[in-house]
Amino acid sequence: MPQWGMTIDLDRCTGCEACVVACHAENNIPTVGDEQAARGRAQHWIRIERYFEGEFPDVRAKFRPVLCQQCDAAPCEPVCPVNATYHSPEGLNVQVYNRCVGTRFCANNCPYTVRFFTWFDPEWPSPLDEQLNPDVSIRTSGIMEKCTFCVQRIRRARDTAKDEERDLQDGDVQPACAQACPAQAIVFGDLSDPDSKVSRLANSRRGFRLLEELGTRPRVIYLKEAGE
Amino acid sequence: MPQTPPVTFEKDITRDLLSPLFQTGKKYYFMLAFLIAVALYVVGVWGYQLYAGIGVVGKNRPSFWGFYITSFVFWIGISHAGTLISAILRVVQAEWRRPITRCAEAITTFALICGSLFPIIHLGRAWKFMWFVPYPNSRYLWPNFQSPLMWDFMAINTYLTGSVTYLYLPMIPDLALVRDKSTGWRRSVYSVLALGWRGTEREWLRLEKAISIMAILIIPVAVSVHTIVSWDFAMTIMPMWHSTIFGPYFVTGAIFSGIAALLLAMTVIRKTLHLEKYLLPVHFDNLGKLLLTMSLLWFYFTFAEYMTTWYGNEAAEMPVFWAKVSGPYAPLFWAMVVCNFIIPFPILAIRRLRTIGGMAVASLFILVGMWLERFLIIVPTLINPYLPYNYGFYRPSWVEVSIALGTFGIFTLLYFLFIKFSPIISVWEIEEGRHLAEAGASHEPAVGASLSNHVSAHLPGNV
Repeated sequence: MPQWGMTIDLDRCTGCEACVVACHAENNIPTVGDEQAARGRAQHWIRIERYFEGEFPDVRAKFRPVLCQQCDAAPCEPVCPVNATYHSPEGLNVQVYNRCVGTRFCANNCPYTVRFFTWFDPEWPSPLDEQLNPDVSIRTSGIMEKCTFCVQRIRRARDTAKDEERDLQDGDVQPACAQACPAQAIVFGDLSDPDSKVSRLANSRRGFRLLEELGTRPRVIYLKEAGE
Repeated sequence: MPQTPPVTFEKDITRDLLSPLFQTGKKYYFMLAFLIAVALYVVGVWGYQLYAGIGVVGKNRPSFWGFYITSFVFWIGISHAGTLISAILRVVQAEWRRPITRCAEAITTFALICGSLFPIIHLGRAWKFMWFVPYPNSRYLWPNFQSPLMWDFMAINTYLTGSVTYLYLPMIPDLALVRDKSTGWRRSVYSVLALGWRGTEREWLRLEKAISIMAILIIPVAVSVHTIVSWDFAMTIMPMWHSTIFGPYFVTGAIFSGIAALLLAMTVIRKTLHLEKYLLPVHFDNLGKLLLTMSLLWFYFTFAEYMTTWYGNEAAEMPVFWAKVSGPYAPLFWAMVVCNFIIPFPILAIRRLRTIGGMAVASLFILVGMWLERFLIIVPTLINPYLPYNYGFYRPSWVEVSIALGTFGIFTLLYFLFIKFSPIISVWEIEEGRHLAEAGASHEPAVGASLSNHVSAHLPGNV
């Protein structure tokens, strides 16, 4: 059974936010409008965190794409009273929309603040409603959502492989963010396969995990900027 | 059985304590109409929230919790006034408990009702709240017993059941008294409620036993409830939530605010129902000393909590610490310290200031302070998460403010109705106390025996 994981090379990331747009399109994430966004309700399952280093004029901007880290010891999972969030055998941290009652406890216990609550029923003005992805369900008001590692693409790739009577190969599954990244900073694949690209990158000396000291064991491995 | 002359309920006790049930003035109806309007307003606002979507509240990312959870913790805290205090006083057989127990136990029940509304109002999809209930279903879907919210659900249900039982048991003889004093539909209603109480010796013995069992059982339940409420925060890994002292800290705060609520309620009841003969200054004074102890304890816990955080100087915790002590929440933080300690401490410590009026003022400040304390535990942590990019701010919407304030109206409404339903001071317990006092310390008879001999003899219905 594959163990999905991701590497994000901070040396390659330019902060262009193509991944953010691709994620919105793939996962039917609504744009909430300026008024709601100003109230802190913008939804981006992946976001570019921008930090500045140094004093003017020697300022450096640093970019860090942050999405659900799919932690192996996810703090969001045990706190849900109705089991709406659980861990799949393939290492995904799964959110069951139908089961969620909206206590928002999971989001409070996420140190990465990557869970998003749907405050109002989403709206897509016509004709945008015609471009929705049929593989991804629309989330109504009052439930929690977050990055799924594009679970619908994983499923589709597996179905295709089955149709072609072969095993899943490295590179068969590509989440929308990885596919859209012009700098190819994001790599996705099976961490249990030592020869996969993602495994090799994850074992790089540049590799680190976000807030590693908390012991959440994320499945997203960042690669440090090297050329300093 | 030794023969003792039957003692009758003194006419004035019965008259004083039962009169609110049978006489209702214009003022009462006016207040009642107002309180019902408030309750309907709350229902209306909640209906609007359900219709328009949970987004009408002021919460956002990262401040996923706000006024609702603050109010939840606050009301559950208030509920510790009654049952816990009444139970402890019963167990240690403090004589001065007698006029206090029932109005304290009623606070518990109604505060719990108000408090337990909030986790439901707060849900994104409130109509699915029954998924908290572990009922058998064809899909084998169970709630997650690992979740502190699930423990909350269990603990609060246990506490509510226990508190209602504990409120009801000592009410039975009084309900029988009302039954025998009334006619018509009221008589039939109270006949059912009094469970056919006749006041025989056996009934008294059993009642006494049942009350002592409940009094002992309810103490650990009450302590566990607020401990578990604190674990909603302490079990997480969030800065300044993940704290081992939260259990006792919350229980202390709960009893603290509970006694304040009780003192305030007693002041109002004493004045409006003219019970100056029963709620004596000594009762207030004793509770005031208890309140003083709790104020000191609260200060100690708060100091210990903030001192260790500051000294530990952890990267994730310091933004939360500074947000409270000198940042955007500093006015609220210092208001909390003033309300919970600086003002109440001298009022309660100096005998000359520890008057009924003085204690009512102190209690009011404490209630405000404890509400702030709950708010300051919840929100500053949420708006200062680990990754600084996600810092946020929380401002409640009119919907949250309406519902949070409105529950005070609902609480008062329930209390108002209760005053018409049962004597707010336990008639038979006052009578029992008077008898015990008369019997004197020279020979102390067993409580049960003394009761059956004296109280049963005069209770109406005992033939």
